[in-house]
Amino acid sequence: MKPLILARNITKTFGETRAVDDLSIQVRPGEIYGLVGPDGAGKTTTMRLLCGALLPDSGDVTVGGHSMRTRADQAREQIGYLSQRFSLYEELTVLENIRFFAEVRGIPRAEWATRSMEILEFVGLADFGSRRAGHLSGGMKQKLGLASALVHRPRVLLLDEPTGGVDPLTRQDFWQLIIRLVTDEGVSVLVSTPYMDEAVRCTYVGFMKAGKIVIEDTPAALRARLAGRILEVRGNPLNELRERALAEPTVEGVQAFGDRLHLRVREGGARAAIRNLQKSAREAKFHIEKIEVTPPSLEDIFIALLETDGETEAVR
Amino acid sequence: MSAANTKIVVRTESLTKYFGDFCAVDAVTFDLPAGEVMGYLGPNGSGKTTTIRMLMGLLLPSAGRAQVLGFDIERASEAIRRRVGYMSQKFALYDELTAWENLVFYAGVYGVRERSNLDAALDRLGLRDVLAERAGELPVGWRQRLALATAIVHRPQLLFLDEPTSGVDPTARRDFWDLIYEFVSEGVTAFVTTHYMDEAEYCNRVGIMSSGKLLAMDTPSALKRNYLPGIAWDVWAEPLLPALSALSSQPGVLRAGLASAHLRVITREDVQNRILSGMLQTAGITGAKIVKAEPSLEDVFLALAGA
Repeated sequence: MKPLILARNITKTFGETRAVDDLSIQVRPGEIYGLVGPDGAGKTTTMRLLCGALLPDSGDVTVGGHSMRTRADQAREQIGYLSQRFSLYEELTVLENIRFFAEVRGIPRAEWATRSMEILEFVGLADFGSRRAGHLSGGMKQKLGLASALVHRPRVLLLDEPTGGVDPLTRQDFWQLIIRLVTDEGVSVLVSTPYMDEAVRCTYVGFMKAGKIVIEDTPAALRARLAGRILEVRGNPLNELRERALAEPTVEGVQAFGDRLHLRVREGGARAAIRNLQKSAREAKFHIEKIEVTPPSLEDIFIALLETDGETEAVR
Repeated sequence: MSAANTKIVVRTESLTKYFGDFCAVDAVTFDLPAGEVMGYLGPNGSGKTTTIRMLMGLLLPSAGRAQVLGFDIERASEAIRRRVGYMSQKFALYDELTAWENLVFYAGVYGVRERSNLDAALDRLGLRDVLAERAGELPVGWRQRLALATAIVHRPQLLFLDEPTSGVDPTARRDFWDLIYEFVSEGVTAFVTTHYMDEAEYCNRVGIMSSGKLLAMDTPSALKRNYLPGIAWDVWAEPLLPALSALSSQPGVLRAGLASAHLRVITREDVQNRILSGMLQTAGITGAKIVKAEPSLEDVFLALAGA
């Protein structure tokens, strides 16, 4: 299947800063692509280049087969866009908001009513058509934002950190809707998120750093790259354990969680690390309850990528 | 932390708050020992913020009681506020003021006059290089550090962190938590509210709130091990949406949801692989891959707090 979103070698410079650096990305119908990376990595600039709000200095963006350079209007027609700070007219009702976006998107007047109800039905707001947007809960506002972005039946949906500040039940609902769109209608979704618990829902995840996608793969394949190299350790006191683990030659990095540590060890270094730590536990002032190889999480991968600065071979 | 003589920093007994007929916090009881990081996970309106506001002495309870740092919240709110720090992701920073001016302002609010306290906060959080920058122009990660600096300038013994790392990337989140753990290792206690499982994993214990009730409170690992009322499965089946319909609202299936290219299904303990594949076959779906999965914190949360 041909990709609906296709960016080839795009570069965007602001003054001295190369915000996006020779980046290529493609998203096919029915795929969700998750863009993750630290602040300032270039995620938002990439989003803005893909939706045509910015033009790249070089390279090309094509959406649904239309080049953003030569057929920008046709390309933009394919796109629905939802950001964390989406704008709704608080004084207007839910239905009036949808109609407004339908009009902006050039949907013929005769189709407004049907399409509005259809899309409100989809996001679960059909019973709230006459409520003022300003009187909706946060989660319902977000669903209305999504409905507005979808009113013209876009084949491409760009979501820029769409669930910031949204509670976990609403996020679950939101993702169920997105996955439905992708599965049922073959929409292509590109989503930027700082949360790994969201990135795991994507078909592909791309890690951005300094304007480049340094690595991309399915969440499962990404996690497999550190297979056998993450140790989970429980015990106490955790901070003593952490100090000792950091001194262990095969340990590359230590991540503290609330009730456990994750140690990243060098290839083939798991056994030695376990043995040495257990040995020092017998001699020293900490107690190890459990130490074992654990399946890597996406967060382990992310941290490894950023810690092994410039040497991403570590997980490649 | 399990030692019997550990000091209790927060103790609530059937803490309850009504707004009119609406019960925002419903008989919440827990102990928070010194040096622990306690997470509070729950949807909007589940009572997290109301609980914090009562514990800070900003709101009186309708029933029940609570002690914070040994002070009764109804009688000694002044004493409590002098000893606790509060930081919100909505960062109550003044965007027009510089980092330094923000810090001086908050120091004043807490009655801190000694320059040495400000210096200590600055060095502690590595803020020297951005002192002259306007808060509004700082990147999120730095704003977060500055917000933390304003919350600790009076050396509080208890920190309330309200969605502290919302919107920051995993490395910045980890750096932030390393700072929190440092304070905690010196005896500071932290109470954290969050919407994100990523963040809850950083807490020693996590309480799950829903509709004002505290449904569970335990370590993240124990929550995953003990609080899922059944088994978690990953199911790969084609076509996916009909497979979802085939499994939803079946006897024994507690929850079925979409997880990108597959389904996440929670069933009762007695449901086995072949029962699930039977449900799919009845709907004409064959060749499904059904694998038992490690429960996630999200599974537990949805099982307890989900509708």
